[in-house]
Amino acid sequence: MTPSTIELVPTVKDRRIARHAAAAIVLTVAEAVIPLPLPGVKPGLANIVTLVVLARWGWREAVWVALLRVLAGSLLLGQFLAPGFFLSLSGALASLLALGVAMHLPRRWFGPVSHSILAAFAHIGAQLVVARVWLVPHDGVFYLVPVFAGAAVIFGTVNGLVAGRLLQELDAADGTVEREPD
Amino acid sequence: MIRLDAGWRALLRPGDWLVVCAGLALCIYSALAFWTGGAPDGIIVRAAGKVVAEADLSRARKIEVTGPLGITLIEIEPGRARVASDPGPRQYCVRQGWLSRAGAVAICAPNQVSLTLTGRGSEYDSLNY
Repeated sequence: MTPSTIELVPTVKDRRIARHAAAAIVLTVAEAVIPLPLPGVKPGLANIVTLVVLARWGWREAVWVALLRVLAGSLLLGQFLAPGFFLSLSGALASLLALGVAMHLPRRWFGPVSHSILAAFAHIGAQLVVARVWLVPHDGVFYLVPVFAGAAVIFGTVNGLVAGRLLQELDAADGTVEREPD
Repeated sequence: MIRLDAGWRALLRPGDWLVVCAGLALCIYSALAFWTGGAPDGIIVRAAGKVVAEADLSRARKIEVTGPLGITLIEIEPGRARVASDPGPRQYCVRQGWLSRAGAVAICAPNQVSLTLTGRGSEYDSLNY
């Protein structure tokens, strides 16, 4: 076999991102099975992974994980380049920007729940703008704003709590066992 | 209300409560802002095509309008209005009852009096029963 001229050596960081992205993709696919009353209202469980990565490994890795999840998730669900993909992408980008700002809030006062809710609101905000400008060029979309806002608070809080709990347990595990040199 | 045990509650820092409350406030505000279209905020009374009275719907009161047949009595209550009495023969405008949506109109044609409800987010130009 001809030896490849391009050597791609995945770093520890690459593997970590891939692992987290894989977890997020699994959650995205699992979530797609849940029947939902309204298009656009969904729990966004994959964001739990984004929140955990943000808290433990920083914003850049969270961006990688979230965008890989949007891309691979849409490929798996047959949504790639469909309207739903652009809604997911715009939502993900906006919530990543919100997280980039929110993570600098004082830690003593604001935890993952705050991050999660702020990201959820950025998410629906961007999606509404894209929907209004491109998909449904009518002010009727704003009729759903209260529903989306309610979903953002509820699912934002729940996801934030789950992320917080996971972080607690991960930190506890770090304390007892030496961190794996992955 | 869902009860959170202490372990979960410890995850909510003071600022988190603040953000949750701000989020809920935003929900309520957006519901009020986007779902109250169609609520009237005032009335216009016309006699013989001319505006004779404009009023808001904040407090109860009565307005008397004189037409060719006599006096038409308009009654206002907070959020709604009606023609309480009219000298017309068929009483269509009286029997429409209370009007409570922006754009609703009661016309007392014989006495040449009309009552129109106005509203910011009017869903219809005109609404007749």
